Amino acid sequence: MPFFLRFARNYGALLGLAILVLVVMVALLAPLLFPASPWQSVGDPFLAPSEDPSYPLGTDMLGRDIAAGLAYGARVSLLVGVVSTAVAVVIGVTLGALAGFYGGRADDLLMRFTEFFQTIPAFAMAVVLVAIFSPNIVSITLAIAVVSWPPVARLVRAEFLSLRSREFVQAAIVVGQTGPRIMLTQILPNAISPIIVTASLMVATAILTESSLSFLGLGDRNMMSWGFMIGAARTMLREAWWMSVFPGVAILLTVLAINLIGEGLNDAMNPHLRGRKG
Amino acid sequence: MEMPRAPLLSVQNLTIPLPVGLDRRYAVETISYDLHAGEILCVVGESGSGKSMTANAVMGLLPSYLKPSSGRILFRGRDLLTMSEPELERERGRSVAMVFQEPLSALNPLMTVRDQIAEVMEVHGEGDAMTRDQRVLDLLNYVGLPDPQILRDAYPFRLSGGQRQRVMIAMALALEPAMLIADEPTTALDVTTQAQILELIRRIQRAKGMGVMFVTHDFGVVADIADRVVVMERGLVVEQGTADEVLNRPKHPYTRRLIAAVPHREAHAVRAATGKEPLLEVKDLRKIYRSGGGFFSKPRVVNAVNNISFTLRRGETLGIVGESGSGKSTLGRCILKLTDVDGGQVLFRGRDVVPLSAGAFRPMRKHMQMIFQDPFASLNPRQTIGRILTDGPVANGVPYNQAEARARELLDLVGLDASAFDRYPHEFSGGQRQRVGIARALALEPELLVADESVSALDVSVQAQVLELLQDLQRRLDLAIIFITHDLRVAAQICDRIAVMYRGEIVENGPPEQIFDAPRHAYTQRLIAAIPGREWNPRAAVIDLKEKQR
Repeated sequence: MPFFLRFARNYGALLGLAILVLVVMVALLAPLLFPASPWQSVGDPFLAPSEDPSYPLGTDMLGRDIAAGLAYGARVSLLVGVVSTAVAVVIGVTLGALAGFYGGRADDLLMRFTEFFQTIPAFAMAVVLVAIFSPNIVSITLAIAVVSWPPVARLVRAEFLSLRSREFVQAAIVVGQTGPRIMLTQILPNAISPIIVTASLMVATAILTESSLSFLGLGDRNMMSWGFMIGAARTMLREAWWMSVFPGVAILLTVLAINLIGEGLNDAMNPHLRGRKG
Repeated sequence: MEMPRAPLLSVQNLTIPLPVGLDRRYAVETISYDLHAGEILCVVGESGSGKSMTANAVMGLLPSYLKPSSGRILFRGRDLLTMSEPELERERGRSVAMVFQEPLSALNPLMTVRDQIAEVMEVHGEGDAMTRDQRVLDLLNYVGLPDPQILRDAYPFRLSGGQRQRVMIAMALALEPAMLIADEPTTALDVTTQAQILELIRRIQRAKGMGVMFVTHDFGVVADIADRVVVMERGLVVEQGTADEVLNRPKHPYTRRLIAAVPHREAHAVRAATGKEPLLEVKDLRKIYRSGGGFFSKPRVVNAVNNISFTLRRGETLGIVGESGSGKSTLGRCILKLTDVDGGQVLFRGRDVVPLSAGAFRPMRKHMQMIFQDPFASLNPRQTIGRILTDGPVANGVPYNQAEARARELLDLVGLDASAFDRYPHEFSGGQRQRVGIARALALEPELLVADESVSALDVSVQAQVLELLQDLQRRLDLAIIFITHDLRVAAQICDRIAVMYRGEIVENGPPEQIFDAPRHAYTQRLIAAIPGREWNPRAAVIDLKEKQR
């Protein structure tokens, strides 16, 4: 069965995909939908949703359009989520592959290094890293990447360990392929499914982490973000609920969508589960 | 001869359709056979012939998507297919019992032997705790397990394969069933263990007058224990009759093909390899496995390969024969440096490869290739056959165009279609994949081939083809082959010399005639005696027939 059909059998995954496509569209089209900067006061402050038809989601205490904030915030969330995950996967796969393939001393060394990162609470470390390197989009992305690679390294190490002893890998050794070549062309393609599934879930976690950092005031000062919006609105929760509820719903839906997609990918890519619903 | 009386089990015109979209419409199609009390009926066939299907149908163990569409399975005159589930449950275990292929997965790993056997009686409401306990002891004694008093409290993982299968048989016998279904019960066992289990089944069957339905793929086993034989091919019964008729005067062409493919000893001329330079010399090779052992406990030490020496010349086949755990595979891996060695020398063309680093050895790898055991695990599922065949030469500096041309030649050489080049391994059968594995090894034009159980996972007819291919290639390319196998019959068929390994040592070494006809070491003698179907000569059966036809 083609891959997409297997994926599409999971209705939750399709729903997630639909939501994510919508979020991506909004993020891409933000400058067209909302030509004014999201930081600019456009209307009266504290307009409730649908009080003024031109601001369907209302405005905040400075008269900024909430809908515009959401659209521009989607760009930051997705950018940080995807880039930080990509960086984390590259670090994790490299270290995990080396540890799993070579084993022995290299494995010990790399895994102790990984554990060192795992023993420090991830979020606290991200806060410290961002605080040290003035908060901007690059430092936030890197900080999230630095705290989220250890699980990838562990996973990839386990996959490489078990695949290394397979006969086709032995065969590659016997025909004289070099270590790096075996890792890249023989083992990695066979370990890619769990990596993709984990990565998709990591994007969701990264979006949450970014929002939390922004909420604490450690966001990029030049870019509107969902976490920042909630952080700014928290003192006015009772007076202007919409200021925090809409960005909150945006985070919830995006993270949920990505999780659903991850789940669907897992079902479609994991050969053990194939036909489970058949 | 006994008077013909009502059969114990009668399968009549049974048809089980397969779900649509598979390679054939029926798992089994209008098959009929009878099993009488007091006889052993062997159901023989290759993988996918549907031989296990009827056994499962009798036990009501068919998967939910398979439903018999017509026919009856009469057990003592009552149709099992129309019986209600509670009625079936009563019959299962009490009247019909089953022994499975893999005793380790058929036994519950978290229950002691005693509890598992007692449970069978408990669910059928037989006896009380006291009598059940006594019965467990009797049964363990009966199936020939040592120290039943101690052994009954052991967990399955503590037992050897043969002991586990004995426990399975004890469980099957707990309620004195009238019929025993054994589905490949000895396939996962070593030959010597297999011989003991066959002997046990035979003895029990005689003593209790049971009817035994024995599903197997091995004609040697059939020759040893069958009273009557049913041969199945692709869901059809192609031939049935007494063991003597089917084995010695087979009528159906498929049966004849199968019997012709059974590995046999044929006095093949020993090729004059003696005059040549030795290609490979192994001297006092040692490999020790250490496992476990922490700060306080001593590690477990196993001498997997213990002071092994032999020489191999070009064009010669050396068989390394042994049971599981004898170290034969480790020996192969040591020679190819897939594992490190604890001592000794491996001289390839006079150069010791043991002290070489991985990098220094890599250029030499192309001269020494390996054919692996499992045709399903030895090909990378994500690469096309073409990629698999060209990877080796490309890694050794051959330009891709040249490697591709060579790969296409090789596909032809091993008897595969040229279109295979762009296809993926999962599109091929086990035998075809093994041919790809052989082509991969030959792509580098090696001088030495190590074949580690390379035909063990294949059906006999495919096995015969692959063996023929290997012999043919050896003659053409003047290869030296180390043929590692557990099957003495296969070794006898293609090897010039056989080395018998036992607990990491070569206990006997010589030409097949000597090993078979005058084994000197006690272990070799035991091994030879345990070969199934020794009394039966498959060659004679088929040759006779051919002559009669002329």
